[in-house]
Amino acid sequence: MSLVFAGFSVALRGRTLARLDETVAGGEVLALMGPSGSGKSSVLLAVAGLLGAPFMVAGRVVLDGREIGGLAADRRGVGMVFQDALLYPHMSVLQNVMFAVKRRDGEGRRRGREARRAIAMRHLARVAMEGFADRDPETLSGGQKSRVSLARTLAGEPRALLLDEPFSALDQALRGQTRAIVFALAREDRLPVLMVSHDPVDAEAAGANVIEIGALPSAGGTLI
Amino acid sequence: MTARGSASGRDLLWRAIAAVVGGLLVLPVLAGLSGIVLPAFGYLPALGARTPTLSVFGEFFAAPGVWRSIATSAWTGFAATLVALAVTAAILAAAFETRGLALVERLIAPILSVPHAAAALGFVFLFAPSGFVLRLLSPWATGFEAPPDLVLIRDPWGLAMIAALAVKEVPFLFLMALAALGQVKARERVMVARSLGYGRLAAFLHTVWPLLYRQIRLPVLAVLAYGVSVVDVELILGPTRPAPLAVRVVEWLQAPDLRAWLVGSAAAVAMLALVAASILAWLGLEWAAGRIARPLRLGGWRARGDFGVRLGILLVAVAGAGSLFAGFGGLILQSVALYWPFPEAWPPALSLAAWERHLPMAAARLGDTLGIALGASLVALPLAVLLVEARRRGARVMGLVYLPLIAPQVAFLFGLNVVAIAVRVTPGAVAVTLAHVVFVLPYALISLSGPWAALDPRYERVAASLGIGAWRRFWTVRLPLMTTPLLVAFALSVAVSVGLYLPTQMIGGGRVETVTTEAVATATGGDRRLTGIFATLQLAIPFVAFALARGVPALLFRDRRGMRPVRGGA
Repeated sequence: MSLVFAGFSVALRGRTLARLDETVAGGEVLALMGPSGSGKSSVLLAVAGLLGAPFMVAGRVVLDGREIGGLAADRRGVGMVFQDALLYPHMSVLQNVMFAVKRRDGEGRRRGREARRAIAMRHLARVAMEGFADRDPETLSGGQKSRVSLARTLAGEPRALLLDEPFSALDQALRGQTRAIVFALAREDRLPVLMVSHDPVDAEAAGANVIEIGALPSAGGTLI
Repeated sequence: MTARGSASGRDLLWRAIAAVVGGLLVLPVLAGLSGIVLPAFGYLPALGARTPTLSVFGEFFAAPGVWRSIATSAWTGFAATLVALAVTAAILAAAFETRGLALVERLIAPILSVPHAAAALGFVFLFAPSGFVLRLLSPWATGFEAPPDLVLIRDPWGLAMIAALAVKEVPFLFLMALAALGQVKARERVMVARSLGYGRLAAFLHTVWPLLYRQIRLPVLAVLAYGVSVVDVELILGPTRPAPLAVRVVEWLQAPDLRAWLVGSAAAVAMLALVAASILAWLGLEWAAGRIARPLRLGGWRARGDFGVRLGILLVAVAGAGSLFAGFGGLILQSVALYWPFPEAWPPALSLAAWERHLPMAAARLGDTLGIALGASLVALPLAVLLVEARRRGARVMGLVYLPLIAPQVAFLFGLNVVAIAVRVTPGAVAVTLAHVVFVLPYALISLSGPWAALDPRYERVAASLGIGAWRRFWTVRLPLMTTPLLVAFALSVAVSVGLYLPTQMIGGGRVETVTTEAVATATGGDRRLTGIFATLQLAIPFVAFALARGVPALLFRDRRGMRPVRGGA
């Protein structure tokens, strides 16, 4: 599995926010670092196909040999993890994960309700949340919510993972633990990961290849 | 693999949908307005009038007391709007960032859904010469043994009407302003001013109100246009000799003499001009208010010790809302009072006799009312969903929606009637239901647009990244998360439809009766128990509708804490 960027760039009103020429292999992490407002999250949304006007996206994104740049967001096969867990408040924990499970398997056979339920339970077990299947997501702690959110993303069988500041809403103690789970599971599924963060520790923990974007021009002393 | 249409192509599609739905809303208004212009200039082939002439206007202006009618309409609408706006500003300024705000909201929000006619009837119950207030004071304080010969309602200055209209419009303006507070960074602005040493009232009025007013300008103009051209409240509380212009338009239309139709058309055109002139005058007033406010703002008066004033404002607000509720209670009481001689404050005997006697008729009216209200709401709600979704994708729809609220009903409904007869549409329940859609849709849209825009877009982005297509995203994510706002919009649509008097009366051609047309008719007729029965039904329908809108999601999502409403309010 691999995620390849070739001349991929995102621009806003003529200003190029970022330009990527990289290959991310399965299980590897590419980290986009930069100050807030630098447009690093826009790059992520562009890869997911969720960025609309007035942004301009150019270049190619190739996922597992397939160009996905022109596809609608729901056909790209990239799983997105946001800063907040964004569990659906009208569904139970299990329903949230089942919502992500595809209705057909890899060979195009229809999955029954029980099969989809079993897949969802398996993903909950991967994040050690199988005991919470029937709970109301609103009753979970912050760390538990983000683990369910990860299970939901993985249950959608993505071919790449996009992480948008995934740990910054968590407190210090939970951050390390959640980080370890996310990267371990991404490696297990051999998913290429594109991560946006402003915390250098995130990139370090992932052993990531780091790209700085939107960095201000080096201090030229013009301000003083 | 094929790529789907580009995002901008889809947005264009949504814009086209918005334009079509908006057109459905605007078309009847324009058709109606054109339907009065031709007859006003003497062209109405159905009556054999084909020669364009100005003589119809001559006839209209020669009608007795016509200038006085025009002046009364303008004055009452203007004064009621001004009072309602001032009260709204005062309440918000006094209660902002205090616990009082939630209290006032809880008290005021239910009034929004009450029909205007019911509010006016409640006002009559309280303040008529034989009304509740004088009963409480008689004979011990006033010495009256019989209802005094005082002009307490239907006064020539229209004061009773102004009071009732203002009290009824405050909730609308208040809730619109409340929804707009978030858009003007009200909290931050007030905090800065407070840290500069301004009192709460001054801080709010100087730094938030001017911006807030800009946000609620269209609703204010809608209130103004409504006040100038309202018919049912005028029939119940307004002066009679001469009646305000809107009432006279209806009288001309319903006169057996066909010639009166032409004069009525001219009167409707005059009504249109009057509303336009009122709006222009209001814009002039805005300008003047801005000129007066500027030096006040720069004067630097801190107005710190304003606790007493704020308390006073809140007490007035509570009293105003309380009197409406007392009026509603009185109307219900009136329907079960066997007889109720004057100075008695409580009826000596209660009985359900009137209900039993009128039950078959009342049930039939209730059925017709509900059929029309549910039909109109079922048409309006999907259209409102289309429009808010189009709005989320960049189409501009909100300005359009106010057209049916700002164009005077009495003018374009009259015209619509003329058009309907010209194209041989039979007046009846279906035509009335479709006419109601035009008035119901704006309110459904206003109520839905806030929550629709406020839903975190990332919920749908998550679903998209999970490979779930747009259609399924809409049905499984957006609609369920919008359950409460959708039901509230539906309840509001039902409430608005139930309260509509003029569209029912005019498009129904007198053949369609609802609880509201009956309440107005019996109010001028004199059977108080019957008025009480219809007023009770008028109040009961919105109450039940909103109770369901709140109760159904609570039951459906009883195990989902995240689905509980954060804040009350319609």
